[in-house]
Amino acid sequence: MKQAKEPFQFMAASYLVRIRRERAKTLADMARFLRTCSEASIFYHTFQSLESHHYSAFSSDFAQWILAACNEAALAERLATVDLREYVSLDALRSTLAAMVEEHIQENPAAADRPAFEPFHFCESTDVTVPLDRQAMNLAELAEGIRSLGLQSLHYHFITSRLRLRLVTNDFSHWIAYSLGWPELASQLNRTDFHTNTLEGVRAELLQTIEPWVSR
Amino acid sequence: MSSPPTVVRAPRLDDYAAILGHPEINELRALAHRLAGRRVRMVNSTAVGGGVAEILNGQVPLMEELGVPTKWEVITGGDAFFAVTKAFHNALHGEPYDGRPEWLDIFLATNEENRRRMQFDEDFVVIHDPQPIALVDARDGSRGRWVWRCHIDLSHPNAQVWDFLRPFVERYDAAIFSSPSFTHDLPIPQYLFFPTIDPLADKNRDLEPELIDQVFERFGIDRKRPVITQVSRFDRLKDPVGVVKAYRIVRKYDDCQLVLAGGGASDDPEGEAVLREVQEAAQGDPDVHILNLPPWSHLEINALQRGSTIVLQKSLREGFGLTVSEALWKKKPVVASAVGGIPSQVIHKLTGMLVHSVEGAAYQIRFLLSNPDFARRLGDYGYEHVKENFLITSKLKRYLLLCLILQQGS
Repeated sequence: MKQAKEPFQFMAASYLVRIRRERAKTLADMARFLRTCSEASIFYHTFQSLESHHYSAFSSDFAQWILAACNEAALAERLATVDLREYVSLDALRSTLAAMVEEHIQENPAAADRPAFEPFHFCESTDVTVPLDRQAMNLAELAEGIRSLGLQSLHYHFITSRLRLRLVTNDFSHWIAYSLGWPELASQLNRTDFHTNTLEGVRAELLQTIEPWVSR
Repeated sequence: MSSPPTVVRAPRLDDYAAILGHPEINELRALAHRLAGRRVRMVNSTAVGGGVAEILNGQVPLMEELGVPTKWEVITGGDAFFAVTKAFHNALHGEPYDGRPEWLDIFLATNEENRRRMQFDEDFVVIHDPQPIALVDARDGSRGRWVWRCHIDLSHPNAQVWDFLRPFVERYDAAIFSSPSFTHDLPIPQYLFFPTIDPLADKNRDLEPELIDQVFERFGIDRKRPVITQVSRFDRLKDPVGVVKAYRIVRKYDDCQLVLAGGGASDDPEGEAVLREVQEAAQGDPDVHILNLPPWSHLEINALQRGSTIVLQKSLREGFGLTVSEALWKKKPVVASAVGGIPSQVIHKLTGMLVHSVEGAAYQIRFLLSNPDFARRLGDYGYEHVKENFLITSKLKRYLLLCLILQQGS
């Protein structure tokens, strides 16, 4: 079995939700706060919310609020379909989201100050990561580690990693490409769609992709 | 009626692995290890009855098992003190307040008596709800980090009471709320902790069908006809009289029964008066079952929820409304008011039905009685939603994280 140059270190990642002071009561408020809120807030309401929205229409908190509280379905759809996989910087993501809301207000001035049904409370997550007693030196060990990760830790390694690495990739693919030397598998794994899937679904797909390569 | 509880083995962390899987439990252990034996103290106002005591009963032994020594202490106070704190409680939920000036003195004196009795040498002190809030006076002489855990809906507090309590809140290192809408513009960090239920406690664990039958038989409830149940202590904010009114509307269309099951917590002097009001509203209807149960009736509550056709939570104000999560965990279709933390648990038409009035509650009950497949789907989604967000292990993790974050801050 092929051995890696460097071990893959599994981490236990968890986060606590901190409630910020910003509260948007109109679309105009939302446009303004999207420009000024913390990057941690942008992260929480987009990347982090992917983990918790299995039942609502959209995985972005911003999109969900604009649909449910502002009744602006077209704008909500545009925000919801921003592909987070393409972003390695929260500032770039912030610009995209804010520009979409500003553009919508420009085209629909009456929507700007119409009161929302309920306010949007900006939150942010405070992360804590702890190294686990588990490393992988080959694909079989990586698969075993993925199988035994908690959901928040899987989210950390596969989804938020692109912000940490500032690359359009994830921890597993990065390690497979550079430490194990299999860029093709790395690329296959990176195509797993976390946007429209639950984290358990992502886990199953990752393991299914890795499985045929384990015996090589 | 069951007897007061005997000592049984409390669930251990590994017992939860059967529900959540080992990875989540292992990660809890990894986080706790980082705290390296730091100690926690929890303080609240009642040892039995009410959601907070129930939460702490389950949580404290698990914190201990994780190697985080946790001491739970209950403040003492006379009837006058608890009458004041009940008035505060209602006022913080937005009810009018016409307290006399000496009430504040009673409140402060009781807190001071408790402060003198207690030692605070732990690393983290968590004070639950407003009753013991002024214990923060003790923080000047202690090395610990102090956290105020607010379990109630503070979204529309009576200004007079909130202005009195707010300076105490501002002296804590952090505050915890059950919903973002409960927070205020405070100078301290405010964190979101959803309250949680214990899936292995007697109130929530799986029950044998025979036991459910026995409980229904004992209370004279007919399982062949639909049963609508609200489980809540007898408190006006739970709107038990509104529940009876909704039932009367439904009865015009469906031959159903109503169960109002609850009791009075030891810190709630209004319970008996509200119970009488509900009995008057029921007018001796044999299909309305008003069950005033003792606080240890967990198995009975569990059986009543599991055997019900629909579970109702028609609160006017609510901190979080854990009875909703309890019902969802049992895969029950839930009709609940869109107040407090309930919308976090009931996503309308996905994990339950949200309502805003007596008429709305009656309409949704009728709708679910007419559409059992849809009702079943709500229950299935509700179960998954609770599993992901509202189980005791999630709460444990949040406390461990908060301690780690406060520790880094110090």
